[in-house]
Amino acid sequence: MVQVFIPSQLTSYTEGVSRLEAAGDSIARVLDDLDARFPGLKFRVVDEQDRIRRHMRIFRNGDRAQDLALAVGDHDEVLIFGALSGG
Amino acid sequence: MSAAVQLLVGTRKGAWIYRSDAERKTWSVQGPIFLGHIVNHLVLDPRDGKTLLMAASTGHLGPTIFRSTDGGETWAEAQQPPAFPKAPTNGEAPARAVDHSFWLEPGHASEPGVWWAGTSPPGLFRSADGGATWDSVAGFNDHPMYWNWCPADGGTPDGALLNQIQIDPRDAAHMYIATSTGGVFESRDQGASWAPLNQGVEANFMPDPYPEYGQDAHYIALAPTMPDRIWQQNHCGIYRLDRPGERWNRIGQAMPAEIGDIGFTIIPHPREADTAWVFPMDGTEVWPRTSPGGKPAVYRTRDAGANWERQDAGFPTQQGWFTVKRQAFCADQAAPLGLYLGATNGEVWMSDDEGGSWRTIAQHLPEIYSVVAAPL
Repeated sequence: MVQVFIPSQLTSYTEGVSRLEAAGDSIARVLDDLDARFPGLKFRVVDEQDRIRRHMRIFRNGDRAQDLALAVGDHDEVLIFGALSGG
Repeated sequence: MSAAVQLLVGTRKGAWIYRSDAERKTWSVQGPIFLGHIVNHLVLDPRDGKTLLMAASTGHLGPTIFRSTDGGETWAEAQQPPAFPKAPTNGEAPARAVDHSFWLEPGHASEPGVWWAGTSPPGLFRSADGGATWDSVAGFNDHPMYWNWCPADGGTPDGALLNQIQIDPRDAAHMYIATSTGGVFESRDQGASWAPLNQGVEANFMPDPYPEYGQDAHYIALAPTMPDRIWQQNHCGIYRLDRPGERWNRIGQAMPAEIGDIGFTIIPHPREADTAWVFPMDGTEVWPRTSPGGKPAVYRTRDAGANWERQDAGFPTQQGWFTVKRQAFCADQAAPLGLYLGATNGEVWMSDDEGGSWRTIAQHLPEIYSVVAAPL
């Protein structure tokens, strides 16, 4: 299982939980797993063309994911952040 | 009969609902609702009198639609918010993603549960289940002329918009939309096909100032008692079109020259087809988009645009620089008519005498994007 950090912007979907586990061998599949459990979460992070939204950031073990195809493995840490987005 | 009204206020930082007493003298407030969310529109379904739909996004998160059936106490998110189809992989067309939903329109009275949404970038979406799931309307979004009508580099500071949808109350298949990049379009088959409707409307930022399309239609409104009459506040003036005519008449030329006829919105009287209000803004030189001269006022016509009268009692007489955005001016249904406007400085103003005098009923809100009046 992948360890996932959920930012404050999305904890309304996860009943306030900011750290949880998810299944999947890529960022896309991890987000799919999260969306199946917390409907609507993925679309707030990823647009309909499967691009990470402009003011969202996703990291795997500290490395920034540029797209959803990035592979992840057991015990990897996936961090989802809301980046700076203006005042 | 009670004139009690609820005002649905969308702001850059959340939504608020104001509810009046039977005389519209005192107001209670509910909110903030979804504090921090960018709320472009909050609309009550007139067909059931209880369903609220909210177009929301945040600085970080993607756009969605929230729905409430208990007066805004609890909300459910759309299962499938408005979203464009996957772009073709051959690169023939740019990949579009909805940045935000801008306008929500309840469907025709004969179609309970149907809603329409306009988005940025320009897109038309339809829901048949009360806003739970939304489908792209291919008749517009995939029209062969789409990229001419809605060029990728067009648009307002907040992005290009399909900023309004109007449905003929006599015919569910007859629709108008307004865009910031192509002007007004008409459909007679419920969105399956569209044609520009911009004859006579200026686009002074184009090489041809009267193009077939390319205008920036800030706001259109059908006269409720005469749906063949369309009022338009355009980027380049105030217009009126009486169908089946095709050529708009620039009725804003009758406005005082020192005020001009630039603004974001125009509100028809619900019972008097020749009466409408505008809130002018400064469209000179660098386009300050503030109240002209720092003196806010509405202007009313009672003769279909031949003449305009200034109504400013109660507004600041100097150093008042706010303006009113597209969805932030509205009327209720009472007699005398109530008018409401939400200002960019976070004030909600009302008149309970058809514009004769104005007072604030809310202050210190975030920048107001929309104000919708609905009966209580």
